[in-house]
Formats: sequence, structure tokens, C-alpha cells
Amino acid sequence: MSKTPILEIKDLHATAGGKEILRGINLTVYPGEVHAIMGPNGSGKSTLAQVIAGRDLYGVTSGEVLYEGDDLLTLAPEERAQRGIFLAFQYPVEIPGVSNLYFLKAALNAIRKRKGEPEVDAMDFLSLVRRKMALMEMEESLLNRAVNAGFSGGEKKRNEIFQMAVLEPRLAVLDETDSGLDIDALKIVSNGVNTLRGPDRAIVVVTHYQRLLNHIVPDYVHVLAQGRIVKSGGKSLALELEESGYAGIEELAEAVR
Amino acid sequence: MASQLSSIETLANQEYKWGFITDIEADTVPAGLNEDIIRLISARKNEPEFMLEWRLKAYRHWLTMEEPTWANIHYPPINYQEIIYYSAPKTNKDRPKSLDEVDPELLQTYEKLGIPLHEREALAGVAVDAVFDSVSVATTFKGKLSELGIIFCSFSEAVRDHPQLVKKYLGSVVPPSDNFFAALNAAVFTDGSFCYIPKGVRCPMELSTYFRINAKDTGQFERTLIVAEDGAHVSYLEGCTAPVRDENQLHAAVVELVALNNATIKYSTVQNWYPGDKEGKGGIYNFVTKRGKCLGANSKISWTQVETGSAITWKYPSCLLMGDNSVGEFYSVALTNNYQQADTGTKMIHMGRNTRSTIVSKGISAGRGQNTYRGAVKILKGAEGARNYSQCDSMLLGDKCGAHTFPYLEVKNTSSSVEHEASTSKIGEDQIFYCRQRGISTEDAVGMIVNGFCKEVFRELPMEFAVEAQKLLGVSLEGSVG
Repeated sequence: MSKTPILEIKDLHATAGGKEILRGINLTVYPGEVHAIMGPNGSGKSTLAQVIAGRDLYGVTSGEVLYEGDDLLTLAPEERAQRGIFLAFQYPVEIPGVSNLYFLKAALNAIRKRKGEPEVDAMDFLSLVRRKMALMEMEESLLNRAVNAGFSGGEKKRNEIFQMAVLEPRLAVLDETDSGLDIDALKIVSNGVNTLRGPDRAIVVVTHYQRLLNHIVPDYVHVLAQGRIVKSGGKSLALELEESGYAGIEELAEAVR
Repeated sequence: MASQLSSIETLANQEYKWGFITDIEADTVPAGLNEDIIRLISARKNEPEFMLEWRLKAYRHWLTMEEPTWANIHYPPINYQEIIYYSAPKTNKDRPKSLDEVDPELLQTYEKLGIPLHEREALAGVAVDAVFDSVSVATTFKGKLSELGIIFCSFSEAVRDHPQLVKKYLGSVVPPSDNFFAALNAAVFTDGSFCYIPKGVRCPMELSTYFRINAKDTGQFERTLIVAEDGAHVSYLEGCTAPVRDENQLHAAVVELVALNNATIKYSTVQNWYPGDKEGKGGIYNFVTKRGKCLGANSKISWTQVETGSAITWKYPSCLLMGDNSVGEFYSVALTNNYQQADTGTKMIHMGRNTRSTIVSKGISAGRGQNTYRGAVKILKGAEGARNYSQCDSMLLGDKCGAHTFPYLEVKNTSSSVEHEASTSKIGEDQIFYCRQRGISTEDAVGMIVNGFCKEVFRELPMEFAVEAQKLLGVSLEGSVG
């Protein structure tokens, strides 16, 4: 492809609490693609997601991350978001006193502002939000509740994808969105993600289990172990992993060190 | 955390917006306090004899009193002989009778304060009694209000034009002997607002007063009295600004509210006095006694305050629930940033039957601010069926500030119900990051979360104040998330 990759990670090393977690990640994601990142616990999957989002609890010690050809690591988290990067959190936090509706509108307007667009019209926003809530099979009353306040685990995850559907990011990173979801919720969430798929977008799905990938079918699967991608392949790789488990991967990781 | 702190430090370092000084010749008396000074003040204001006597009695009582030290605030001793107790801006004539006669520099000051009187007159329909250094300069809408029998004028005017009303109610809610600062105020009060709503009248517009301290070393000792007769209703807004000063300035005001049968008084304050600089130097001492008497049955008095300024805020707007079925409310947002201190709260005294009180206090501490809520709910023996609900929430921004709570509940009637809830929270790094990941800057995130925290209180403010209050919080919170 002669297109510019949406995301290019080159030999990324990152630490948390003084401990090195990412030990040289290489990943290239082109527009239109869906990549899955799988791996055992502690492999660095969530760290990778958070580093892309710009959380400064993690220190990048070396390497490069390019977003649409530009250096991503110098940008503040809100700048990354305004340019179209969305992270669906593994543990979405509650924000008492701030309604979901108000929060989402502020987010959308921040993105529009960067693009030089005027603030979204109130009526347009309401109908947009209603459409997406219907898509995610969420009750409208949730809009007036505080962000994630009193939401069940499943509702929180659906709220993440609902927000993603409204903000329409260019690069969506889903951090273990499937964890804690029953099969029905899983289908709804996957459906929401799939509607976002398109030739101008890319999605990175971080997951522990293969099950999600039956619904969000990836183009590429990468296996992360001990801070490195040790194996990459097509969607069948996920099925292989499900069969054999992560044990073989750990051996591979040791060998590659 | 490092990059977050640095981005916080580069947040717009807003200068204190109202920190300008108007160069006007002031007509001041020398510093110091004695009977001669009091006679001078009274003479300057052409007060009737009873007023002078009242002042002198208060002054003599003040001399016997000791400054209270029980509050959770610290300040260097005040030298009461170094304060100037009267300052009126000099104009060409004795007293301007209409806006046309007002010194143009003064009018310019009001423009800067954002209260262009003629615009207010046309659009908002709010009558403004602008107090500038102890002299009320203009009272708009006087005519329209007087058609309804409503009196809204400066306190000085009321003393001269409505002495009977003043005599009847002055000191009936806050007697001069009440406390040290009330006694001082009673002796040297210079001006304030007087408002009287006759029977059955609903005041058609919100009444408003803007205060401003200008001359060096001048204490502001305003006195406000609002009386709502049977079935009367009024909403009053008090907003304050002050210039930048190095020396501390004392602001010891007294506000008395009286509500008779079926009357309601709503008193809203947005206080933005100069809070001192980032090192805690300078700033206003806001030591105020505010009290409302629900004298009549079914009466209601509601206090709403947003206190963001002052070096030290020390006030307890309170309600005496005397009339049966009377209702008292207190909604408060108090912010302390940098080195500000606040010891504020309310007293709800239940005396009549089936009385009800609601207290919602939101304290925000940032920087090295120390924020204390002090509340007293007293249910007296005869207060059958009294009900109180108190909610006291503190938010700590950073690890160098403090929030303290001293709730006092004194219940002497077993048929009453008293509920108290308290919470302490902070804004987590994870909450800020969540907002940032959605494109919202740290500054906007903090503003959003703090406003959400204060929502219940802002809801009680008249709309134009609510918008001002929200903006004010944002400005006051610079560099506060740690």
C-alpha cells in the first residue's frame, strides 16, 4: 500500500514504576485495518494501549510512535484525542456530578474546535446521541446520569463504545472491552465497533480471549508476551491460540529475549 | 504526574481581573476609632439623633468586648486605630441626584465592574444600588418600585426618610451586643441597602447591590436590612469586587433579614473580594454577620452564597425559625486556593412548630487553602416536628490544602428529625486522564468536575449569577490540581 499508516510504532520501550514493560514494540496499522493484540496477563497489552493514549504514568524510554506520519509522543493526551485517537478504557472511571450528555458534548466540541468547526447544534447533537444509544441498546435515561456513575461493568463498556460511536475516531484502541461482558452485551458492543469500520479508520483490539474476535473479525493478530510482539498472523492465529493456550507463546518469548 | 503538573502550571495565569484603582479624590476622616469619629460619621450623613445614640451605645459596648479567637483561622492582630472608618468619593456637588450628575470617572468604574447602569436598566430590569466607598451613588428603578410601595434605597437614605421602619427592625435580628464585629459595625456602619416590601407584594425584579472597597486602609462596614411584610416576596443579589492591595482590609458587614407571615426572602451572594496574592500577602478579611428571622408563620428565608475571594472568609448566614412552618435554607460554595482561609457555615435555630431547614455546603480546597465548615442545628424544646437535612461535601484539590468540618447538632425535642451527610473527595488523576482522552483539557476537566460538584448550589442562584459563579470558579482554580 502506498498510503500513510495511521499508526506506526517502532521499537517502543516503556516503563511503569521504574519497571520496563514494553521492550521493543513494532507495529504498523494502515487505514481500513483491524488489528488484534492478544497475550497473557502482564504481557503489556494495556500498557501499550495507554501509552498510545498518552498516559504519563508510563514513561517512554526509547522508540518512536507516528500517528498519520506525525510524532505522537510529543502530543498531550487531549491533543491526541482531538486528532482522532480514542481509547476504550478497560476500567472506565466514574465522574460524579457531570452528566454523560454534558461530558460527551464537551468532548465532541473539543474535537470540532480543533477542526475549526463551530460547536455542535443542540438539536443535532441530541438526535445523533439518540441514534447511537439505540445502536448500543442503551436507555436514554442514562444520558442524564453522571458519567459511569452506578453503571454495571457491562454498561460501562457499552458506554465506552457509545462514546466512540458519537466521536467517530480515526484510530480506536479497545482495551479489553470484552472483559466482564456476557454474550448479549458482547454482541451489542461488537456490533457498535463494527459499524465504525471503514476505509479511513483503523481499530486496535486488545484482548485476552479469542471469543471477541469471532464478532470483531480482525485482519491481523499479534501476540504480545513479555513486552514484545512475538508472533503475528491472520485471524486464524487467534483460533490456534485458543487451541494451544499461551504456554507455547511464553516459551517463544523466552527464546526471543 | 510530572507532565500533568507542568501543564497545570502553564494554565492561563489570570491576573485578578478587578484589580484596578480608581483615582478619585476621597473625602476621608482620619484613621482611628473614638466617639468623635463616630459623631463625625453621623454628622456627615445627617443622621437623626436616635441613630447617633444607637451607634454610641454600640461603641461603648464594643469597648468591653474581646475579639473572638475560636475560629479555625489565623491572622495577625488587627489594629483598630489604624483603620479609616469613613470615605466617600468627592464629587462636584454634595450628592448626585441622578445618573447624569454622577462623576464620569465613577461611571467608568461601574463600566469596568461590568455593571453599566443604563444597560441594566434597559435589559435585565434589575434595580442596582451601587455602593462606592460607603456612599450609595445611584438607585435605579426607584420610581417603578415605589409605585408598588417597595422601598429600595441606601441605608443612609432609609435612616433619614424612613426612620420609623429602621427603628422598628434595626438590631432586631443582630443586636449590637451579638458579637465583637457586629458591635463594631453598629458603631461605624457607613452604608448598605435598605429594602422594605409591603404586605402582599411580590417584588417584580431582582434587587441588587454591588460593593467596592477602594481607598487605602478603609474598612467596609456596610449594614443591610431587608423586611418582607405578610405575603411579601423578594430576591436580593449581593456581588462584590475589590482592588489589589498589599495591606489587609477589614470587611465587617451586618445583614439582617425579617420575614413576616407567608413572606419569603431569597438572598444570594457571589463574593469575589481580592483573595491575596499567591504567597498569601494581602487580601480582604470578610468577617460578616448575616442572619434572617423567620418571624411569621409559613415564612421562608433562603441564603445562597458563592465565596471565592477574600483572604479570610468568616461568616455564618443563619436562620431563626420562629414562625410555625417556617423554612430556612443555606446553599454554599466556598473555595479556598493559595493561602486563603474560610470558616463558614450556618446556624439553623428551630423554635416554632413544624419548621424545616436545609443545608447544602460545598467546600473546595486547593493550593494551601484551609476550608472549614461550621454548622449549628439547634432544635429548641418547643420546636415540635422540626426537620433538618444537612449535606456537607468537601473537595480537596492537591495534597497541601485542608478541609475541616465542625457540625453541631443540639436537639431538645424528641419529635424532630435531623439528617446529616458528609463526604470528602478529590479529583483523581484517572478522572482527569479520562477527560483528556476524550479531548478535554485538564483545565476544562477540573472546571467541569468542580462545577458538577457545585451543581446543587448553583441551581439555587438567580440565573445571571449562576453563569458568573461558574466562570468565577474556573478563574479561581488556576493551578489547583495536584
